[in-house]
Amino acid sequence: MQTAEKDRDILSLYQEIILDHGKSPRNAGTVERHDCRSEGKNPLCGDRVTVTAALDDDGRVADLKFDGKGCAISIASASMMTEAVKGLTAEEAKVMTGAVNTLCREVTSPDAIMEELGDELGPRLKRLSALSGVRQFPARVKCANLPWHTLISCLDGAGNVSTEG
Amino acid sequence: MSALAHKTAKTDLRVFDVESVRGDFPILSRTVHDKPLTYLDSAASAQKPQSVIDAIRYQYEHEYANVHRGAYFLSETLTSKYEAARETVRQFVNAESDREIVFTKGATEAINLVAATFGRSLSSGDEVVITGLEHHSNIVPWQLLRDQCGIVLKVVPITPEGEVSLSAVESVLSKKTKLVAVAHVSNALGTILPIKEIISAAHAVGAVVLIDGCQGIVHEHVDVQDLDCDFYAFSGHKLYGPNGIGVLYGKEDLLDAMPPYQGGGEMISNVTFERSEWAELPAKFEAGTPPIVPAVGLGAAIDYVAGFDQRAIAAHEDDLLKYATEQLQALNSIRLIGTAQNKTAVASFVLEGAHPHDLATILDRSGVCVRAGHHCAQPLMDSFGVTATVRASFGMYNTREEVDVLINALGRAREILC
Repeated sequence: MQTAEKDRDILSLYQEIILDHGKSPRNAGTVERHDCRSEGKNPLCGDRVTVTAALDDDGRVADLKFDGKGCAISIASASMMTEAVKGLTAEEAKVMTGAVNTLCREVTSPDAIMEELGDELGPRLKRLSALSGVRQFPARVKCANLPWHTLISCLDGAGNVSTEG
Repeated sequence: MSALAHKTAKTDLRVFDVESVRGDFPILSRTVHDKPLTYLDSAASAQKPQSVIDAIRYQYEHEYANVHRGAYFLSETLTSKYEAARETVRQFVNAESDREIVFTKGATEAINLVAATFGRSLSSGDEVVITGLEHHSNIVPWQLLRDQCGIVLKVVPITPEGEVSLSAVESVLSKKTKLVAVAHVSNALGTILPIKEIISAAHAVGAVVLIDGCQGIVHEHVDVQDLDCDFYAFSGHKLYGPNGIGVLYGKEDLLDAMPPYQGGGEMISNVTFERSEWAELPAKFEAGTPPIVPAVGLGAAIDYVAGFDQRAIAAHEDDLLKYATEQLQALNSIRLIGTAQNKTAVASFVLEGAHPHDLATILDRSGVCVRAGHHCAQPLMDSFGVTATVRASFGMYNTREEVDVLINALGRAREILC
């Protein structure tokens, strides 16, 4: 691979939107009156994130916040997640998490993943498509996934998660 | 004559020349992401010279068999090589007897061995002293021992510069102190501890001293008799040798009094279903088939390193540290973590606005290998208020030009991230 192409890899990982969310994360903090809370950590690198969520009467995510320390990828992923899953049910959030995992790991084009998700979830994933930059960086996939795994354990009421579990 | 005097007297030492040293390490000529490899992670694991690679290969191609008890040529040949490696280690650290050199699979196992065997002589209320900059491998074994038998674990605080002062150690020592377990050199910061003074102070209260020498033995000549340490643990792979081999030096009377670590073949002299008798030192602590070829490889690595005046290697690395420190400080928004007066060639730092992992990923694309994370020293990171640092660590084969590559790559990383 040529040097310019290598540089493109880096620039596709650190896209403007990732850096923006990484530096100015949305929904940072704790939902004061939360229904569930979970802490996730990556014991190898020390990154950690705590997710709190409040659910409405229909079981949909009414409010979602995160608090954490980590790299640009994990913070951006957490920040973008809080925007992407508001209004979803736990089941829908799980589908989104699976789609994000595919987006980060597999060769399937982001468009194909969006199409499979349908009209409700597809456009939400589109706003996360910058996360696909980690595909070229296998060591960093867990950074992008950590907040999502933590979200699922939060909604399941399962407590804590670890990317090395 | 001490080993140091012996080495100084040697006239056939090779002159230290970094370009010629680089030529001995085949991996250094490869590229990573189309860039020349700039390997700045020797504190995690050092690269291997051709002579070590050749020694390992030769054993497997020509002389491989299990050691000891084999009444045939190959086994006898490799047994004598394995024991010769032990003698090489003995001379290198100037131990009195080769009965004091125990081969382990690594330094972690060496420390765990002491915790599991010497540790059995401790009882509830006895104190074990460590410092605030220890690697997890010199923290967790003592926590396990604490949970088992109720010892008290005391931690000597570090200064804001990342140093451990003798007076801070002394203020923790008491008649209750039974063991002091400290690093020779901090893996995360490079701080060199005043171990000779610490050993002497610990002995004054009757405590036994274990030195975690993983980083220390790479950077300065170690004479265990001169230090008067009771245990000294180190690994082969940081000393330009293979992984899977470590050494526990222990004073003979202590090792003799300790119960075995693991049971199995090799460590017995007689076994019946009723009882067993232990083998002589050091076999008592080497149950099972040992890491034979790695031990021979470690011997080759020591031969390589000891082929130079170790002070010349240290002087080269000191120059790299000085240059890297100046260059890093010239960058804006860099905070060096660990600024001890006495340091080995380790530059640990954080860059404002950029997480260490993001930096390491971008540096990698410039062919620069650094470590980003907590360096298996989370309590130490906590004391500096960070979760992770970038650590560039230099070995005998690194150059000032490679420091420049690091600095340029950091500049590029900052352009992208900040």
